Amino acid sequence: MSTIRVDVVSAEHEVFRGEAKLVVATGEMGELGIAPRHAPLITRLKPGQVRVIQPNDEELFLYVSGGILEVQPTVVTILTDTAVRAADLDEAKVREAKEAAERAIANQMDAKEVAAAQAELAALAAQLQAIDRLRKMGQKH
Amino acid sequence: MAGAREIRTKIKSVQNTRKVTRALEMVSASKIRRAQDLMKASRPYARLMRQVIGHVAKANTEYQHPFLVEREEVSHVGYVIVSTDRGLCGGLNANLFRRLLADMRQWQEKKVQVDVVCIGQKATAFFKRLKVNFVGSVTHLGEKPRVEALIGAIKVMLDSYMQGRVDRLFLCYNDFVNTMTQKPTMSQLLPLPPADDIDSKHGWDYLYEPGAPEIMDHVLTRYIESLVYQAVLENLASEHAARMVAMKSASDNATKLIGELTLVYNKARQAAITQEISEIVGGAAAV
Repeated sequence: MSTIRVDVVSAEHEVFRGEAKLVVATGEMGELGIAPRHAPLITRLKPGQVRVIQPNDEELFLYVSGGILEVQPTVVTILTDTAVRAADLDEAKVREAKEAAERAIANQMDAKEVAAAQAELAALAAQLQAIDRLRKMGQKH
Repeated sequence: MAGAREIRTKIKSVQNTRKVTRALEMVSASKIRRAQDLMKASRPYARLMRQVIGHVAKANTEYQHPFLVEREEVSHVGYVIVSTDRGLCGGLNANLFRRLLADMRQWQEKKVQVDVVCIGQKATAFFKRLKVNFVGSVTHLGEKPRVEALIGAIKVMLDSYMQGRVDRLFLCYNDFVNTMTQKPTMSQLLPLPPADDIDSKHGWDYLYEPGAPEIMDHVLTRYIESLVYQAVLENLASEHAARMVAMKSASDNATKLIGELTLVYNKARQAAITQEISEIVGGAAAV
């Protein structure tokens, strides 16, 4: 019985590596069963289960939150996403990043205002001191 | 004895500082290992992805994805800048920023607009003060950065690129060479430079589900994300290494300073005693 090599990796770590008799995954266009010597194929995966049937007939279940499945005659490569991805979710993240940038710039305004206020405070303190000194001189005379 | 007491408090304060720097040094030393493990774990993904891209690009020479096409005219460039969240790591960030500034000035002299996306508190604080378009920022990634957290910042730039608002995109980070050396690195993300490590001799094509363009789009986006993610990890390892070295030299300096101050203290003490004795002797002689 021939086997096919399976590599399951995510951007953060290697999930699984080994031989298999059959790999079952949910592709974008439907369920896929990949046996050894399958024709080369590349597809996107839907979030769901990947079933790996190992040579000793043990079944291994992996959950993937989407990704890419690549099949070469002797190798199956699954590049999984680490998080559930959807266009609108990604859009929300873009907004977040932009807002963070805007906030950072806005904070800089605050810093400027603080600096201005501090300068004003220093000037007022100096004036106060001068008045104080004048008053003391007045008392001496 | 007034001088002696002042010196003693000074010694105490330096000793306390040394305690802090020692602790920071040891914390960083243990964190380097973990950061390196993360770095290693993320490598297979990028390698396999590169293979897939190579295969698809080879098989579909008629389809050119925008990410792979060099643009003739460059009027906007983008930078993704990876920095640390915290300081006390020697010249790590400063070195990177200095290189970047030189690079940006060159673009600005050519009347090319510069957009930046900052990852990390330090870059955010630095680049918001400059005359560049600050379009995105991600901070506080922590000790175990997630790809998820980076998606937004990367997509800002990828969208700009697709819409033609950015013609070239660079990635800047500190490359972790070893514990003593971290190299400020700038690499081009978009258009993707053709990789030479892709084997060109294979005669088959894939079955595509759905079509090749969609797959290519998906794969390339993920690839860029993984590159940025790896840069973040490299930078994290660099941060801990740089901090460890900086804190080690700070501890060494503190030790040296304590030695010198102790010497000065002993001299002051002895001088005070000598003076006291001579005063007593002088007083006795006068009687």
